[in-house]
Amino acid sequence: MTVNAIQTRRVDPYSPPTEHLELQRDEPVAFLDWREGRKAWAITKHADVRTMLSDVRFSSDRSNPDHPAHGGYVPGAHKGAIIAIDPPEHSAIRSRVMNEFTVKKISLMRPRIEEIVAEALDAMLDGKSEAELVEELSLPVPAMAIAELLGVPYEDHDFFQHNTSLFSDAHIDPKQRGEAIAKLRDYISELVNARVKERGNDIISRQLDAGADAEEAVGLGFLLLIAGHETTANMISLSIMTLLDRPDLLQQLREDPSLIPGAVEELLRYFTIAEVGGLRLATADVEIGGKQIYAGDAVFGLANTANRDPDVFPDPHTIDFKRGARNHMAFGFGPHQCLGQNLARLELVIVLEQVIRRIPTLRLLDPLSAISFKEYGPNYGINELRVAW
Amino acid sequence: MVSARIVAKRETCIGAGQCVFADPDAFDQDDNGLVVVLQADPTSPDALARAKEAVNVCPSRSITLLA
Repeated sequence: MTVNAIQTRRVDPYSPPTEHLELQRDEPVAFLDWREGRKAWAITKHADVRTMLSDVRFSSDRSNPDHPAHGGYVPGAHKGAIIAIDPPEHSAIRSRVMNEFTVKKISLMRPRIEEIVAEALDAMLDGKSEAELVEELSLPVPAMAIAELLGVPYEDHDFFQHNTSLFSDAHIDPKQRGEAIAKLRDYISELVNARVKERGNDIISRQLDAGADAEEAVGLGFLLLIAGHETTANMISLSIMTLLDRPDLLQQLREDPSLIPGAVEELLRYFTIAEVGGLRLATADVEIGGKQIYAGDAVFGLANTANRDPDVFPDPHTIDFKRGARNHMAFGFGPHQCLGQNLARLELVIVLEQVIRRIPTLRLLDPLSAISFKEYGPNYGINELRVAW
Repeated sequence: MVSARIVAKRETCIGAGQCVFADPDAFDQDDNGLVVVLQADPTSPDALARAKEAVNVCPSRSITLLA
């Protein structure tokens, strides 16, 4: 079978598109039809994707109209949005903020994240026997974790949680979503303005102290939302779906909860939800995997397929909680690798710990074939997940 | 006999902390989030394996192992 076009739609929640797996086997660096008569490179081997993402000649500058992620995807791209800029500007801003996300700093957030998850579960379980898990658990947990980072005061939590949910809901009408985005931008601007006048104990205050201007602080605050909310929510939903669909896997974690961090790592590898994180624009002629890529070409590093590379992950389509492979690219690779990855890991670990401990009878209400997945979004995930206990 | 030396390049480090997960005895992050090598000479085959893992998982390829 000849693969002609880049196909990012997943039809099986447990698999990258079959076409991409075929590319990995037959033509790991392929120049394919993409859109509007434009072609793009699809890179599917783990080593090649890592090489490409490590090479700054493949640009992340989404303000360039030729960049494959130009327009869309980053609503209100902003000065502090390090996801969409190149070195040296990228390095300067990232180095100012990366001390907020060290292993040590994030591990200090554990008690607060435990509280956030416990509160979400309390509300979900309260007097009921079933729930829609995305709305009641997957979305509130990362929203409150980000509220914690940004120093959103308690009285604004409901506002923040409500509007971030609307923001991350691909199902609602675009006007309503647009309004939620505008409200959040205004809110973050107000938060930054308040911190300009009086500092607090939060990431925005510390960024201002470190030399960020207000515009940059707003951009960063908004980026934390874009990058850390819906993505983490999707992984929470997909992880719980998998455990409820695969009782053998759930049983392993029940018997030995110390396997949970390894399980989270494996689920991250398995789902690799960011469909467009590896999009770059070649700014020079570069050879990758024996193929000549030219300046101006669009390049897709397909991390979800690369994370099933049998040369790196033996038996790649098996979920193995004891695999111990941290060299996956669920958070990308290179200088743009996810800033908040250690926080995402912590949230996922704590959610699984508490769900497994507190709701032993949890089950899916629908078969996988009846579940609505985010097949066309920039991130793979689940729209609604009905559960009962 | 294990003979290797861990070298970390702080100029390219992006503070992802993956080395700390790979080997907390050999790596740490300073107050700026940058890599700090605590133990540059792996003294056992296990420590050498962990150092290789740190090289493998570092997203900015800032860690090398000199033979």
